[in-house]
Amino acid sequence: MKILVCISNVPDTTTKITFTNDNTQFNTAGVQYIVNPYDEIALSKAISLCEGGKGSVTVINVGESSTEPTVRKALAIGADDAVRVNAAPRDAYFTAFQIAEYAKSNDFDMILTGRESIDYNGAQVAAMIGEFLDIPSVSIIKKLDYDGTTATIEREIEGGKEILTVTGKFVASCAEGVAEPKIPNMRGIMSARTKPLQVVEAKEVEQLSTIQSFQTPPPRGTVKLVPTEETEKLIDLLHQEAKVI
Amino acid sequence: MSVLVYVEHADGKFKKSVYEAVSYAKAIAEQNNTNLTAISIGAVEATELSALGKYGASKVLSVNNEQLKNFVNQAYASVIAEAANAENANIVVLSNSFSGKGLGPRVAVKLKAGFVDGAIELPVVEGGKFSVKKTAFSGKAFAITEITAENKVIALNPNAFGVKESAGSEISVEDFTPADKASDFAAVVKEIIRATDKVSLPDAEIVVSAGRGLKGPENWGMVEELASLLGAATACSKPVSDADWRPHSEHVGQTGITVSPNLYIAIGISGAIQHLAGISSSKVIVVINKDPEAPFFKVADYGIVGDAFEVVPKLIEALKAHKG
Ligand SMILES: Cc1cc2nc3c(=O)[nH]c(=O)nc-3n(C[C@H](O)[C@H](O)[C@H](O)COP(=O)(O)OP(=O)(O)OC[C@H]3O[C@@H](n4cnc5c(N)ncnc54)[C@H](O)[C@@H]3O)c2cc1C
Repeated sequence: MKILVCISNVPDTTTKITFTNDNTQFNTAGVQYIVNPYDEIALSKAISLCEGGKGSVTVINVGESSTEPTVRKALAIGADDAVRVNAAPRDAYFTAFQIAEYAKSNDFDMILTGRESIDYNGAQVAAMIGEFLDIPSVSIIKKLDYDGTTATIEREIEGGKEILTVTGKFVASCAEGVAEPKIPNMRGIMSARTKPLQVVEAKEVEQLSTIQSFQTPPPRGTVKLVPTEETEKLIDLLHQEAKVI
Repeated sequence: MSVLVYVEHADGKFKKSVYEAVSYAKAIAEQNNTNLTAISIGAVEATELSALGKYGASKVLSVNNEQLKNFVNQAYASVIAEAANAENANIVVLSNSFSGKGLGPRVAVKLKAGFVDGAIELPVVEGGKFSVKKTAFSGKAFAITEITAENKVIALNPNAFGVKESAGSEISVEDFTPADKASDFAAVVKEIIRATDKVSLPDAEIVVSAGRGLKGPENWGMVEELASLLGAATACSKPVSDADWRPHSEHVGQTGITVSPNLYIAIGISGAIQHLAGISSSKVIVVINKDPEAPFFKVADYGIVGDAFEVVPKLIEALKAHKG
């Protein structure tokens, strides 16, 4: 079994988000980068499916050389080898196209991604890869069982869940519940340095959208405190002043 | 040129988020002096379909066959792209729901369209540029995205635009028969399990959320009671779902669900940056926490500094009194 896992290099979750160049660029000064937390879930699932010599896990990242520490982290967690498509990930369409192109010439049984990257939150890459490859894609899955040919998948829907089966190759984007994120151990960290990391060049693809600028949410006013003894006043305020109940 | 909106149903019924998507698509159609067509896939009654006229659709294409009864994103994307071509629609709108997230990107690739997910405002069309505001960095920022492609697909966030009725639209309902593409059905839906008695979190107008301050799962009774009195959905912080006090589907924040209700009530949640990321576009925020220094108070509109075990039961009583 061969599994491809897509890894996105994202700002650490504690990052205060600011912008430069007249709000057209994300301010990377002092920002720590991590493996996208959802991608860690996808990777951990892939590693457990392949445990005991049942297969191999390749991670793929579309990014410039600055993302290599994040790719090495994925190798330390337990991926067997890595591919970096050498380009700044312009948007989801570009990223999905590059991954699909790589997957076309390398035979994978499944491709796993995180449900979304925590920077641009597109949640688009998995379904776009599926479309480029003309294979099924299942977005935001909570559970995955695989018997070698058929996957039984649980995905989230509003107010519940849906259970489906997929036979043959597929793409899935993983949310919490699919696997416990694995933490790299010392041996993993040591071996990550020597595991193969192949760099391939990006292919040309049309640009369909571009980010013009960013905004940050307007600051909120100061909090209106209600004393505990007058708890019922909160209901009046929500009803009469805020008009939300 | 026209605008096409995909109307997703749950058990044959449309939800508020669909009426929002139709209202939004209608406003885009008006910006472009054109008509709005809706496409519905699966078994939905004619009365439910024609009710879409109220929100501005002038035509509904209804695809109702056995094979397409259940949502399979690969197959549904083919149908929607085919309908877009048939209707000469260069803008396709859908809800940014769980299913929409699996569908929109596939439609966009099929149509070679620029795609904006999580749109929160009407597009701005100015000087030949078409840009849409969307959430980014898990709610910590917004990105103004310009769609440069001729075709455009936009997924609208729930609770962002609101439901708007349009005056006097005539509506026609037509059957639409898409081409048969057997290879689109490698995924097969086996079972759909939906709790019908609960408000779904991403769509909820009011959310009652609780954190580690509640000490244990046995104390969620009062949270649920408050939520049910308010017609609200329940939610929680990450450590709470990590400890299995509550299901993962309730976890909000940067690594959970992003919500934008009219009212978010946070009980015993400290207000860590990762939690705030998922709730910052809530219209009104109420915080109940015994620690006056809890960071959550900095983003709250209303707050009570106090013990949740004392405050929440009082709130429940006050609410019952308010409702008479
Ligand atoms: C990579 C990463 C991603 C993360 N993603 C998320 C995320 O998506 N969502 C998320 O929520 N967290 C996330 N976190 C965790 C986050 O950093 C916080 O640890 C978490 O939000 C804290 O949860 P809490 O507020 O319930 O618990 P605590 O921080 O323990 O806060 C409990 C609060 O309850 C109050 N309290 C205690 N007793 C009472 C009482 N009797 N009455 C009233 N108040 C009381 C306390 O004063 C305190 O403020 C993430 C962390 C990391 C590292």
